[in-house]
Amino acid sequence: MMIKINMAADIVTTPILAEAIIETGSLLNISQAHFDPIHGEVVAEIPSDQLAKIRDALVNRGAEVVVLNTPIHRDEDECVECGACISVCPVKVFSFADDWSIEVDSDKCIQCGTCLKMCPHNALALGQ
Amino acid sequence: MVKKSIHEINGRIRDGSVNVVTAEEMVDIVGELGAEGAAKEVDVVTTGTFGAMCSSGVWLNFGHSEPPIRIGKLWLNDVEAYSGVAAVDAYIGATQQSQSKGMEYGGAHVIEDLVRGNSIDMHGISPGTDCYPRKVIDTTINIYDLNQAIMLNPRNSYQKYNAATNSTNHTLHTYMGSLLPHYGNVTYSGAGVLSPMHNDPNYETIGTGTRIFLGGTQGYIVGEGTQHSPAAGFGTLMLKGDLKKMSSEYIRAATFEGYGTSLYVGMGIPIPILNEDLAKATAITDDDIVTNLLDYGIPSRDRPVLRTVTYGELRSGSIDIDGKEVPTSPMSSFKKSRQIANELKEWIRAGDFLVSMPVERLPTTTPCNAMKQTNVNPLVVDIMSSDVTTIHEDAGFHDAAKIIMEKQFNHLPVVDSGNHLVGIVTAWDISKAVAKDEHDLVKDIMTRNVVTTSPDEAIDISAFKLDSNNVSALPVVDSNKHVLGIVTSDDISKLLARRH
Repeated sequence: MMIKINMAADIVTTPILAEAIIETGSLLNISQAHFDPIHGEVVAEIPSDQLAKIRDALVNRGAEVVVLNTPIHRDEDECVECGACISVCPVKVFSFADDWSIEVDSDKCIQCGTCLKMCPHNALALGQ
Repeated sequence: MVKKSIHEINGRIRDGSVNVVTAEEMVDIVGELGAEGAAKEVDVVTTGTFGAMCSSGVWLNFGHSEPPIRIGKLWLNDVEAYSGVAAVDAYIGATQQSQSKGMEYGGAHVIEDLVRGNSIDMHGISPGTDCYPRKVIDTTINIYDLNQAIMLNPRNSYQKYNAATNSTNHTLHTYMGSLLPHYGNVTYSGAGVLSPMHNDPNYETIGTGTRIFLGGTQGYIVGEGTQHSPAAGFGTLMLKGDLKKMSSEYIRAATFEGYGTSLYVGMGIPIPILNEDLAKATAITDDDIVTNLLDYGIPSRDRPVLRTVTYGELRSGSIDIDGKEVPTSPMSSFKKSRQIANELKEWIRAGDFLVSMPVERLPTTTPCNAMKQTNVNPLVVDIMSSDVTTIHEDAGFHDAAKIIMEKQFNHLPVVDSGNHLVGIVTAWDISKAVAKDEHDLVKDIMTRNVVTTSPDEAIDISAFKLDSNNVSALPVVDSNKHVLGIVTSDDISKLLARRH
C-alpha cells in the first residue's frame, strides 16, 4: 500500500525516516520525495500489515501520515479520451490502449492532483 | 489517368455500390495499389477531428415576447450573449464566461446544455421603444422552445496547430493545458492522419458549400475561417450546422484551468476521390505532417520555435528536447476523431449522405496579419525607478528596517556578494521577524523566490505578473541578475491614470 508522509519545518532536517525504518525493520520503499527548507513530502510503498507500526514510529517523531487509498477516479461519461492527463502525471497512471482509449492504472496513483487541473472536461476526481 | 465526377460518385452512393474508407485506411490502400489503383478503387475518403475549438458559437432566435422586447443585453445562465442584432436574435460564444461562476461555466457549457435539452435561465434588458415597449424579460427556455439554434463557428478545424511546451520555472496554464516547468511536457492538437484539411491540402473538394459532418449531424462549410493562413499551412474553416440535430457525443464544453472555457467540436469532411492527386493526398501519414514546437514560456505573439516535430513523433508519447525525453499529450481525442470518420463512412455507405463539390474554392494566398497597434507599448524601462537601494543577504534585518524607513518604500531587493539578486524583503517580512523573534539576518527572513522583470518587458506583462503572483513590486534585473531598478503596482496605476 502507498502512504504519504508530511514533515513540517521543525523536523525536515532530522533523519526520521531512517529512524523509523531501523525501529520497525519495515521495508519502506520511497517512490516520490520532495524537500525544501520548510516542508518535506514523501510518498512510499509499505507492506500493508505493517501500516500501524510504521505510522506510529513516524507520528511519534512529528510527521503526518496519510494512507493513499483513494486513487484517481475517472468519470467515463465526461471523459472524451483526449489524453491530456497523460503527460502531466508524474507516475504514468494514464496511457493509451491500442485503440486510443485511455487506460488508468490507479494503483500507481500518488494523489498529487496535477491531472485534475489538466483535464479539460472535469472528468477526474480524487477521494471518491 | 483516373477521372471521376461527383455525380458518378453520388450515383454509387445512391445505388449502394460506393467504396468508402477512412483516411487512416487509405494510407495502406495507396501503399498497396498506388495512387492510380487507389483512385480507381476508392470513391470517398472520410476524415474526422474532435478537439477544442474556441472560435465557436450559436445563433439563437427566441421568438417574440408579449409585450415585445428588443433585447439590448442578454444573459443565458448568467453568460452574456451578443444581442445587438434586431430584437430576439443572439449569438452565444464558447469562451464567454459566466458572471457568477467564472471560468467554471461559460458559453460552451450553455451550448452543451442546449444540446442536451436542459433548461436555460434567460435574462434580457432593453431601453424600451414605441414598437418594443418591454424593458426586461426573464424566462426559462430549452432548445425545443427556440425557432433556430444555428451553430456558426468562425474558425474551426485548423489544418494543423503548433505544439506547446514551457521553458520557465513555473507551471503555465494555457489553452494548450497545463505546461509543466523546465520542458516538463508537450501538448498538441489535431488528428494527424485523420485531419480534414491535410487530406485535401489544395482545397480541391473543401470549400464554400461542401457538406460535412458537424456535431453528429450534416453541416456545411461557409468558407474560409478567420485567420485562414493557407500559405503557412494553417488553413481554417467557418462552419455551420443545426444545433437542434447535434449530439452531446460530439459537442462538449471544456474548461482549461487558468484560461477559460472552450468547446470541443466533432467534425469530419468526406473527400471524394475525383483523381489520382486526391488519392495521393489522402494517403498522408502522421510522419508527413510537420508542425512547430513553441515555447509558451515567452509571453509574446512571436514565440520562439524550439524545433519542428512530426505528428508521428508527437503521437509516439514522447519527443526529444535538447537531449531530454519529454512526454507528450494530445488535447484532441484521436478515438473520437476515428469514431467520426467511421460514422461519416457509415452514413455514406447507407446512402444517407451525398458528397458535394464546393460552389466556391477557398482562398489559397490570404495573409494573416498581426494587429495594427497605434499606441506604442510602454516598456518597464519607461516607468521603473532606477533609484533603488539593495541590501546584502548577510546584513541584519534591523538595517533593512532602517533603510525601508528612511527611503520610504516597501520593497528592498537582497543581493549576494556578487551583487546578484537573491531575495526580497518587505516591511511585512520585518514585522513578522520582530513578532517571532527567531532570526537576525536578512537572508533568514527574505522571500527567495522573487518574481522579476527586465527593462525591455512590456508593462502589460509586468502588470499580469504582479496580479497573477499576488505581489506589489518587481525588481528589474539584467541577464546577470544585477538589479537595475524596481517597478511597483503604484507606478503602473499612475501610468494607467495618465492613459485614460
